[in-house]
Amino acid sequence: MTATIDTLPDVLSPVRFHQVGKTFGTGRKSVVALDGVDLEVEPGEFVCLLGASGCGKTTLLNLVAGLDHPTAGRIELNSSRPAVVFQEAALMPWLTAAGNVELPLRMAGVPKAQRRAKAAELLELVRLAGLGDKRPHELSGGMRQRVALARALASTTDSTGDAGDKPSLLLMDEPFSALDAITRDVLQGELLRIWRATGTAILFVTHDVREAVRLGQRVVLLSSRPGRVVQQWDVEDAPDAAAVTDEINTALRKVISSHAA
Amino acid sequence: MPLDVQEGSVEAGLDALDTPVDTTEGSRVRRIAARVLPPIGAVVVLVAIWQALWAAAFWPEFKLPAPAAVWSQIWQLVTSGDIAELFWVSVHRAVIGFAISLLIAVPLGLAIANLTVVRRGIGPLVSGLQSLPSVAWVPAAILWFGLNDRAIYWVVLLGAVPSIANGLVSGLDQVPPILPRVGKALGAGRFGGIRYILLPAALPGFLGGLKQGWAFSWRSLMAAELIATSPELGEGLGQYLHNGMSLSDISMVFAGIVLIFVVGVGIELLVFRPLENTVLKARGLGPAR
Repeated sequence: MTATIDTLPDVLSPVRFHQVGKTFGTGRKSVVALDGVDLEVEPGEFVCLLGASGCGKTTLLNLVAGLDHPTAGRIELNSSRPAVVFQEAALMPWLTAAGNVELPLRMAGVPKAQRRAKAAELLELVRLAGLGDKRPHELSGGMRQRVALARALASTTDSTGDAGDKPSLLLMDEPFSALDAITRDVLQGELLRIWRATGTAILFVTHDVREAVRLGQRVVLLSSRPGRVVQQWDVEDAPDAAAVTDEINTALRKVISSHAA
Repeated sequence: MPLDVQEGSVEAGLDALDTPVDTTEGSRVRRIAARVLPPIGAVVVLVAIWQALWAAAFWPEFKLPAPAAVWSQIWQLVTSGDIAELFWVSVHRAVIGFAISLLIAVPLGLAIANLTVVRRGIGPLVSGLQSLPSVAWVPAAILWFGLNDRAIYWVVLLGAVPSIANGLVSGLDQVPPILPRVGKALGAGRFGGIRYILLPAALPGFLGGLKQGWAFSWRSLMAAELIATSPELGEGLGQYLHNGMSLSDISMVFAGIVLIFVVGVGIELLVFRPLENTVLKARGLGPAR
């Protein structure tokens, strides 16, 4: 019996979906975005959510982030507040880079000295130490997205300035799709480094199969309208990345072509 | 970890290449000169044309005064010290009127922008009031309050409040929707969202409204002072102008117009322009050149 109690906190998943559905609108004009989604993210796991446009992957992320509510099923959230990174960096243009990272801490009522230290630490983590005084318009697209990542990570901390014992969860909605190829490649490497350094669980939405295979331990393919989990691949231990990429590509094409009729 | 070092250096190189370059050039003196000289030149040309027209005697002296005669009127006000009273009476009224307008307009603007019922109900009314010249309220104000400061403040309020409120509403409407969403994801509650996201994001539009509100409160005040003259009201710039008309002294009338212009433009240049420049520059939104 004692063994189960000891291992219990480790088993707690940051997020678990129970038959989650989301319908927009009512009556004949309603659109079913998600239907019967069962999904679980393990602590520290990197999961890539893959699908064509209109598959409800952004909707799914919004549900976890608490920006929207499911119309069916339920989402069990055991993490601290999920950190969210959007496709646009969406930094507050009136704040410096450090000010942006401090913003969630300020809203949580963290004292100033602690905020400063935490922001400096997070900017260091995304390799922007010393650039905290820059304004968003003085930074490149890739740098802005890194500031956005640091800010999102800051939002997981509560008023005492630390995240507590709960597992952390990072939600990313196509964060690199607006960047050029080289920057995207570098930032993918950075994200993997930060993931290993922080041990946070990541739920990463993308429509790029290669990105999903490079980053994720597990790739989950969603169908479109309604969004359902079609298939999952364990890509971390896959012996041949190219082969599994091809396989996922084929599956994705099949999902898309089913909408042609 | 040779790979990691390489990765970091690629990133540092990208950062260096991608960072926008500050392209402002020239010394500080030269930049200020480039900004200040054109308007001074324009004024010089204008006065030269005026002088030429006066010298050509197109119009009789009592219709177009000599620039020197207007200048001597102003200089006499300066040397006698009367100018201080003129400025004090008018400017302190405008500033108090503007401050009261601000206190009324900000909650009004917030309510219109955030509450659909209020927006539909009084939004069009407030916009409409903006196009109604506030001087139209002078007769009503005099009948209600008599010839006193309250009548004047009433006219100033009706001039400035709609502009400031509308400026705040349009500032709030132009906030990109992604910002409040990000704020919510970062843990902002309803009031935190307004305090930390919406209000700062709306600041540039709001400043535009403030600037316009000041212009409206100044011109409403001048109209009110010009019409509502009484010994109890003291002598402001509007009354000075009115006295010039009563005395059929065209150089005094011109001096009054010049002083009203100088105060209106001066406050805009000394208060609102630097404020706006600071706010816009911090956001990388340079003012139009």
